[in-house]
Amino acid sequence: MSFGHKHILGIEQLSADDITLILDTAESFKEISTREIKKVPTLRGKTIINIFFEASTRTRTSFEIAGKRLSADTVNISASTSAVVKGETLEDTAKNLEAMHPDIIVMRHGHSGAAHYLAERCGFSVVNAGDGAHEHPSQALLDLMTIRQKKGSIAGLTVAIVGDIAHSRVARSNIYALKKMGATVRLAGPRTLLPTEIGRLGAEVYTDMNAALDGVDVVMMLRIQQERQGNALLPSNREYSRFYGLNPDNLKRAKSDALVMHPGPMNRGVEISSAVADGAQNVILDQVENGVAVRMALLYLVSGGEQLAEQSA
Amino acid sequence: MKILIKGGRLIDPSNGIDDQLDLLIENGSVVAVGTDLDSADAQVLDATNRLVVPGLIDIHVHLREPGYEYKEDIQSGVRAAVAGGFTSVACMPNTDPVNDNKTVTSYICQRATEAGLANVFPIGAITKGLKGESLSEMGQLREAGCVAVTDDGRPVDDGEIMRRAMEYASSFDLPVISHAEDLSIVDGGVMNDGFVATELGLKGIPWVAEDAMVARDVMLAEFTGARLHVAHVSTRGAVEIIRAAQKRGVAITAEVTPHHFILTEEAVRGYNTNAKMNPPLRCADDVAAVREGLADGTIGVIATDHAPHHRDEKNVEFNIALNGIVGLETALPLTLRLVDEGVLSLSAAIARLTCGPAQALGLSRGALTVGDIADVTIIDPDCNWTLRADELLSKSKNTPFDGWSFKGAATCTLVNGKTVYSRDNT
Amino acid sequence: MAARETIILDQPAISRALTRIAHEILERNKGTKDVALVGVVRGGDHLARNLQQRIQEIEGVELPLGTVDITMYRDDLASRGSLPVGKTELLFPMENKRIVLVDDVLFTGRTIRAAMDALIDIGRPQSIQLAILVDRGHRELPIRPDYIGRNVPTSVAEKIEVQFSEEHEPIEVRVAKP
Repeated sequence: MSFGHKHILGIEQLSADDITLILDTAESFKEISTREIKKVPTLRGKTIINIFFEASTRTRTSFEIAGKRLSADTVNISASTSAVVKGETLEDTAKNLEAMHPDIIVMRHGHSGAAHYLAERCGFSVVNAGDGAHEHPSQALLDLMTIRQKKGSIAGLTVAIVGDIAHSRVARSNIYALKKMGATVRLAGPRTLLPTEIGRLGAEVYTDMNAALDGVDVVMMLRIQQERQGNALLPSNREYSRFYGLNPDNLKRAKSDALVMHPGPMNRGVEISSAVADGAQNVILDQVENGVAVRMALLYLVSGGEQLAEQSA
Repeated sequence: MKILIKGGRLIDPSNGIDDQLDLLIENGSVVAVGTDLDSADAQVLDATNRLVVPGLIDIHVHLREPGYEYKEDIQSGVRAAVAGGFTSVACMPNTDPVNDNKTVTSYICQRATEAGLANVFPIGAITKGLKGESLSEMGQLREAGCVAVTDDGRPVDDGEIMRRAMEYASSFDLPVISHAEDLSIVDGGVMNDGFVATELGLKGIPWVAEDAMVARDVMLAEFTGARLHVAHVSTRGAVEIIRAAQKRGVAITAEVTPHHFILTEEAVRGYNTNAKMNPPLRCADDVAAVREGLADGTIGVIATDHAPHHRDEKNVEFNIALNGIVGLETALPLTLRLVDEGVLSLSAAIARLTCGPAQALGLSRGALTVGDIADVTIIDPDCNWTLRADELLSKSKNTPFDGWSFKGAATCTLVNGKTVYSRDNT
Repeated sequence: MAARETIILDQPAISRALTRIAHEILERNKGTKDVALVGVVRGGDHLARNLQQRIQEIEGVELPLGTVDITMYRDDLASRGSLPVGKTELLFPMENKRIVLVDDVLFTGRTIRAAMDALIDIGRPQSIQLAILVDRGHRELPIRPDYIGRNVPTSVAEKIEVQFSEEHEPIEVRVAKP
């Protein structure tokens, strides 16, 4: 089976077969991280630029390690050290990047559609590391990989995603990914954090978190941005935590072997209690570990994405 | 100097005329309308298989001069206007400096006279600097040539200011044009609030932001008795509020842009910044509603909201791209689509581009009565052509219709009895 | 496109060749001490298991068996695109092992180069030997097999294919002329 994508802009463009190939490839790559010499020459001579217009430690580090384990030359540009503070346009940034002949650009950007913008205008491969409130495909893929490892398969599971759906690229990518792989998706949050007509993506929408948790196989908590509280969207952390925070009590509504996931970084005591965050059901560190493998798979697959894979000799 | 436009189908909605009639022009005025007119000493324009209509009027354009001449200036704007069949345009005050005083108005009028081609009717600001705080000198604006007032581009947030603006403007018989949106509800939205916005992860502008402000301004118009014109109506709710008020006898007119009756929010997919407008492109039901409004006369005006922007202002991330598109050169064929699709009769479509806008702003144009100024547009309704954005005469090329196939085009545009545009010669 | 196919090794011939290779491995290494078999995915892994069984029948010793997938070590990513990555499974320590690398067809030598790189990245064997069912020539790298089932002179355009049964047992070797 071949992978026909030059870019990874979102889960929306991927098929279930694409997702399975990515996860299978990631499983193969996972072994490399357990070796004494954690490096294979697969992407030797390739240049990967990680350009992050928004602060991110986890995703940027994960992509950087992924590139390095595949022997690519990886360079990081963060917003604070880039020309962006001087007011350079994304178009000029793109042209400058292109002049350096990178093979892959991994980009995080605050505006939805920024990855599309780059992909339309440049010759290199673009891997979207999060664009505004649009998509964060590698996060959804590592979540799927973790679920598949723990549950055997994804089809037939019920997954509750709880929190700030409206502003979450993680939620959008996961809704697409889980639906494509045959899971049932429930979304829960106050109306102010549920975007218009989100149900049309094929998810069940709840404002009552307890109802949303009933009998689910996976609980995916979203990070609540601190700037959201105390304005028109949310009265306070205290109120949010009371109605939409995950704690040992409401977690009992889920299946007894339900997984607890969080894309990080966590606000302990707000969307997730410490008892749950440190509890036996959480797979949060598995998510982080799988993140490197998934990103290795993405970098590898887009590198050959332009050519249709021929039969192996 | 006599011109005889011969052999065409003359449509003059305000006079109830739609017939094979010749039109004779002398010294810039209409001197005769009739069959088999003959004038030996006249220049004859053969209008066989053409429509002969009153010069089209666009009461919502941004000519950008003074201040933003890199986007458009009066010269380039009127050149685009006459190529699109428009003989008159009314230009919005959000220039730099803002057209909130007679000096700027006079400057615009003078530049328009230098440019020639089309008639330019300036529209003044409601408040000084479009800041929504204190009233502009509307009396002097009127004297200098302004035909209406608006803070277009931004609403007058403060209800008391809007109330007083309507009262004051009506003292000088100036219509007030409302750019209706409740900015606190818009809250930074960049496209219509709906499923597409949710999918694209873009912040939505809900219909209620427009409806709420249209309702306020309609009520204020009813309360003050001022003449209100609602700009670029885009929602079903706004159409219904206006329709109900008109039935009560409130003096309200309304306009819709071609893009709001042709396109939906789906056009934004792919983060197309040429589909970024204010008000935003709405959903299919809203498009149906504004078409119903056009058909039953609730909306008597088609206006383009011609909003030229430089490439650099559109070739950016969707969130930070500027709102609006150029419209002068695409409005006529897009309006004729409504005729093809059975929404409007040909006569009603012409009315929305001629006498409708003239009545809304009280302009003495939009008809071909004997004695009227001879602003005439000759249209080939069957001309098939393809729009190439880079061939637009406007300085800016921001259009979502690049590559579209169109039917119908102005072949000849006459202003004050002079041919200012001829398609065959360009 | 009608390709002319010829069977160059049938099942009994393959079986005889593998038995001989099993004996040669034992002879060369003076028994089974420190010997491990590593098959190249895919094809070589099936043959390696086959050799493991034959050696067990001869000596009564089960040699450590592993697989190596060379996809991550290929030098033709640009021209071939991203091939699916298979599993590398080496569950025994490589140190001081005499590794017998097993593959079905030896052609340019690039696959074996990649397989050796992969092995050396994982550990430091005492030696690496190479067992091949069919050597078709046209080497592009200085690589020479230690154990050969059959030398088959071919033209570059011909295709050599080893057919396996559903139980992964080798059935026949075909050469297809274009």
